[in-house]
Amino acid sequence: MMAENMINGGKEKLVVIGTGMAAGRAVEEITNRAPGRFEIAMYGAEPHTIYNRILLSEVLAGTKSPESVFLYSTQWFERRGVTLASGARVEAIDRAQKTIALEGGGQASYNKLIIATGSLPMVPPIENINTPGVFVFRTINDCQLIAAYARRCRRAAVVGGGLLGIEAARGLLEHGLEITVVEVMPYPMAQQLDPESGAMLARRLESIGLKFLFEKATQRVLGSGRVRGLRFKDDTAIDTDMVVISCGIRPNVRLAVDAGLAVERGIVCDDRLLTSDPDIYSVGECVEHRGRTYGLVAPLFEQARVLADHITGANPEAAYGGSRISTRLKVMGVDLVSVGDAREGPGAVVTRYAEPHRGVYKKLVVRGGKLAGAILLGEVDCAAAVIAAYENDAAAPPRHADLLFGAGGGADTADALPMEAAVCTCHQVSKRVVVERIAAGCKLPQLCAETRAGTGCGGCRPQLEALIAKYGGAGRDPAADYYVKSVPLAKPELIAEIRRRGLRSVSAVIRELGGGLDDPASKPGLASLLRTVWRDRYEDERDARFINDRVHANIQNDGTFSVVPRIYGGVTSPGQLRRIAEVAEKYGVRMVKITGGQRIDLLGVKREDLPAVWRDLGMPSGHAYTKALRTCKTCVGQEFCRYGVGDSTALGIAIERRFQGVETPHKMKLAVSGCARNCAESTVKDVGVVAVPGGWQIHVGGAAGLRVRAADLLATVSTQEEALTIIGRFIQYYRENARYAERSPAFVERIGIQRLRALLIEDCEGQAQRLDREIQAEIENYRDPWTEGRQPHDPMQFRGEVQA
Amino acid sequence: MRSDWMRECAMETDNHTVSSNSGAIALGPVGRIPPGEGRCFKIGARQAAVFRQRDGAVFALQARCPHQGGPLADGLIGAGAVVCPLHGRRFRLSDGAGVDNELAARSYPVEVRGATIFIRGLEQP
Ligand code: SRM
Ligand SMILES: Cc1cc2nc3c(=O)[nH]c(=O)nc-3n(C[C@H](O)[C@H](O)[C@H](O)COP(=O)(O)OP(=O)(O)OC[C@H]3O[C@@H](n4cnc5c(N)ncnc54)[C@H](O)[C@@H]3O)c2cc1C
Ligand code: SF4
Ligand code: FES
Repeated sequence: MMAENMINGGKEKLVVIGTGMAAGRAVEEITNRAPGRFEIAMYGAEPHTIYNRILLSEVLAGTKSPESVFLYSTQWFERRGVTLASGARVEAIDRAQKTIALEGGGQASYNKLIIATGSLPMVPPIENINTPGVFVFRTINDCQLIAAYARRCRRAAVVGGGLLGIEAARGLLEHGLEITVVEVMPYPMAQQLDPESGAMLARRLESIGLKFLFEKATQRVLGSGRVRGLRFKDDTAIDTDMVVISCGIRPNVRLAVDAGLAVERGIVCDDRLLTSDPDIYSVGECVEHRGRTYGLVAPLFEQARVLADHITGANPEAAYGGSRISTRLKVMGVDLVSVGDAREGPGAVVTRYAEPHRGVYKKLVVRGGKLAGAILLGEVDCAAAVIAAYENDAAAPPRHADLLFGAGGGADTADALPMEAAVCTCHQVSKRVVVERIAAGCKLPQLCAETRAGTGCGGCRPQLEALIAKYGGAGRDPAADYYVKSVPLAKPELIAEIRRRGLRSVSAVIRELGGGLDDPASKPGLASLLRTVWRDRYEDERDARFINDRVHANIQNDGTFSVVPRIYGGVTSPGQLRRIAEVAEKYGVRMVKITGGQRIDLLGVKREDLPAVWRDLGMPSGHAYTKALRTCKTCVGQEFCRYGVGDSTALGIAIERRFQGVETPHKMKLAVSGCARNCAESTVKDVGVVAVPGGWQIHVGGAAGLRVRAADLLATVSTQEEALTIIGRFIQYYRENARYAERSPAFVERIGIQRLRALLIEDCEGQAQRLDREIQAEIENYRDPWTEGRQPHDPMQFRGEVQA
Repeated sequence: MRSDWMRECAMETDNHTVSSNSGAIALGPVGRIPPGEGRCFKIGARQAAVFRQRDGAVFALQARCPHQGGPLADGLIGAGAVVCPLHGRRFRLSDGAGVDNELAARSYPVEVRGATIFIRGLEQP
C-alpha cells in the first residue's frame, strides 16, 4: 500500500493545514515515531511559527514577549525535515486531485492530509460591530493590536465573562485601563461555576480591580469612527474606549465543508481521527468526535498521539475514546479549578464546603458512585487529587470529603496524588515520571524541559515544586551537596582533599578528583575555591574563569564591556566626576549611568580600550563583574541628616576600603543607614548595618533581587571597629561554608540565624579568632585587578579581535 | 569528522600543496591563543572563533553565537564544547552542534602546522 503512495520513488507527502498547537503536536508525535518517513509541509495563516496559545494572556499583559511563547526552533523543523510556511492560508482542498490551493496562488499535492484549522472566536450579532476599537482575542496579532490600541484608551469593556474573557480583562489591567466585564449571565464563568461560587469569584476579581456588569446582553457598539460605548438590550449603556469580544469559539470548518467532508459542529472524525475521507485526518479544536468538540489542549494532545500512532502505522490499534477535561483559571492571585460537570440535578450527590470570609468554596458532584465534577475556588491544594479521581473514573471514597481534605484531614497535594495520576494535566505527565526525574537530580527548569510538565498553562508548577521539595531532598540525591557538579564532593571534603593532595590549579583538581571531566560550568567555582584556599599560592589558570573575570569587566549583549570604578560608600568628588566625564568622552562611552549601587557605570567599552580607560580613570575596580564584595551603599547620615544617629558614610567607606576585592561564593552587597528609617535599604542587603542610639545593628542575609528577603539581625555592637570585626567574621564564614553561587539569604536560611549567632558572636566552637585571622590575611592580599591593565597576565589578555 | 580533515591535511602537507589556492589561510602563531581559551580572528571582513584546548587540539567555529550573536571566542571551553558567554548555550567544538539546544554553529577545519594555525572553508562574507 505504501508503494502506491510513493511519488517518483520519493517519500509520502504529508500536508498539514494549520500551525496551531494541535498541528505542532501531531507533527512532533509523527516525526518521533517515524523520522524521515514523510515529507511534511505545514501551512499556517498566522505570520508566526507555532506558539503556545495558552500563554497569550501573558503576552497581552506584556509580561511575556511573543518570541518567548514560540514552541519550536527553526532547527527543530530542519532536523525533522518539516517545512513550515507561515502567513500561508489554504484556500481550498481538492480531494480528487489530492492537492491544496493557497490563497494568492500556489498549490501542493499530498498523499495524506491533516486538517488542524482550530477554531475562530465567536462574535455574537452586535450592531455596529465593525467600529474601529473592537477586537477579538485569539492570536499574537490580536494581542499586539489590542496592546497598541490600549495606549490611547482609558477604559475598556470585555464582552464575555468566561474563562478567556477574565484572562483578557486581567491582561488589560496591566495596561492601566479601567476594565468592565460585561456578561449575560448573573455571574462569571457560568459554564463552570454555580451561583454561589460565581458570586465569590466576582468579589475576588473586583478586589483586584475588575468591574462587572451582569445580566447585560450587548446590543450595539456606540460611536462612529471609533468606539465610544456599548448599549445593552435593556436600553442601558456604558462609555468605553475599546471593546474586546470574548464570547467563546466555534470550530473553523470552512475548508472541510467546501471540500464536502462530513461536518456537524466540527469536522466529524472517528476514533482514529480520520474524517470521512480515508486520506484526510483532522486534529484539534476543529474536530468533532462522538458529538463533542474540545477547547483545551489536553484533549488535542491525546488526539495527536492517536493520530500519529495510526498514520505512521506505529500502533494501528490506537483509538481515541474522548477526553475528560478540567480547567484552571490562570489569573495571578485567584485560584480556581473546575473539573468535569459540576451541575446539580437528579442523581447528583453534592458535597459543599464554603468559607466565605477567606473566599474558599469547594464542591464535589458524585454520580453513580463516581466523581462527575468539582469546583475548587480560593484554595486548590487538593486539585491534583480531585482531577486524578475524575480522570481515572475511580470510585469516590465513602466519605466524599476525603477527596477534598484527605483521609487524615488536610491533604497535601503532592502526597495525596496516586503515582499514576497526572500532575501536569496539559501534557498528561504522571507523578511517577516526575518523581523519577526528580530522583535523578532534575531541578525545576530541567524537569520542565525534559518532561514538558509545567510548560502548558503552568498551573501545576507549585505541585512540581512540592514534589521536588519532597523527593529531591538531600540524601536522595547527593549531587545536590556537591560544591560543583563535576567533582563528587561537598565543600568541606573538597577543601580537605585539595589541601591533602596540594592541588593548586583547576586542571589538577579536575584530573585528580573530577575524573578528568573538564565540565566548563564547574571551572569558575573551582577557581574561586582554590583562590580562597591557597590565596597567592594558587596557580592561576585564566581559562577556568568566566570572561568577566579574565578582563575584569562585565560583558554586554554586544560583546563590549562595562566599567564600574569603586566609589567608596557612594561618596565621590568633583575631581573624580571630572575624570570620569573626560574618560567617557575620550573613549566614546555609549552610556554613562548612575547604577542602583550608588556609583557610575561606563557602558560599551571595547576590550582593547579597558587598560587605557582604567589608567585614565585612576580609580580602583568596583568589582561589578564578579563574585566579590560589590558596593556598600550609604545614606548621608549624622553628618547632615537631622535624624542621623550614626556616621553612616564614614562606616560605609571604611567597610568598602577594608573588604574591597574580597572574593566570595557569590556577590555581596552591603549598606549602612544612619538611623532606623533605613534610607540605604540596609535590611535587604547581604550585610546591612543600621545605626541605633549608642551603636550599630548588623543584619545579614537580606535580598531584593529575584527574591525579596528581610535580613536577620546578627548582632548589635557599640563601635565601628566592632562592626568591622563582626562583618569580617561573617564574610569569612560565608566564604568557607557557602556553596558556589549561593547568595547570603539562602546561606543564612540554610545555616540558621541562631546557629550563626552562636558561632560568630558567642563563639561556641572557638572559631572566631581563626576566622578573624583568615579574613585579615585575605584583606592584606588585596590587589586591584585593574593593575593588570599595566601588566597583563598574558599579552593577549585585552586583545579583542586578532588580525590574521 | 575532524579526523577526516586531519587525514586530508596530512596528505596535503605531504604533497606540499597547501597554499592560498587550496583555501587554507594562516592565522599566525598558535601562541596567540592562551591555552584553554579562544580568540576571534579577523581575516579581512571574515571572522572565526578559534579555540585551543589545553591538550593542544584546535577548533574553529563561527565567531558569533547563533542564538543572539554572542562572542563565542570569549566563552569558557570544556568537555569538548564552548559555553557562550551571553546566555550559556553550549556548542560542540568539533562540529558546532548545539549540546543543550537546537541551534548549531558553523565549524571550520583548522590545523596547527609547525606553530602556525591554518583555517579552511571560511566563506566570503
Ligand atoms: C548596573 C546595575 C543596574 C543599574 O544600572 O543600576 C546592575 C546590572 C546588572 N545586574 Fe544587577 N545591577 C545593579 C544593581 C542590582 C541590585 C540593586 C543593588 O545592588 O542595590 C540588585 C538587587 C539586590 C541584590 O543583588 O540582591 C541586583 C540584582 C541582580 C541579580 C539578582 C540577584 C539575585 O540572586 O537575586 C542579578 C543576576 C545574578 O546575579 O545572577 C543581577 C545581574 C546583573 C548583571 C550583572 C547581569 C549580567 O550578568 O550581565 C547586570 C550587568 C549590567 C552591566 O553589564 O553593567 N543583578 N542588581 C546595578 C549595579 C550596581 C553596582 O553599582 O554595582
Ligand atoms: C488566551 C487563551 C488562553 C487559553 N488558555 C488555555 C488553558 O489555560 N488551557 C488549555 O488547555 N487551553 C487553553 N486555551 C485553548 C488552547 O489554546 C486551544 O485549545 C489550542 O490552542 C487549540 O489548538 P488548535 O491547533 O486546535 O487550534 P488553533 O490554535 O486555533 O490553531 C489553528 C491554526 O490554524 C490556522 N488556520 C486556520 N485556517 C487556516 C487555513 N485555511 N490555512 C492555513 N492556516 C489556517 C490558524 O491561523 C491557527 O494558527 C487558551 C486559548 C486562548 C486563546
Ligand atoms: S534588572 Fe539588572 S539584569 Fe535585568 S536588565 Fe536591568 S540591569 Fe540587566
Ligand atoms: S548569544 Fe549565545 S547563548 Fe545567547
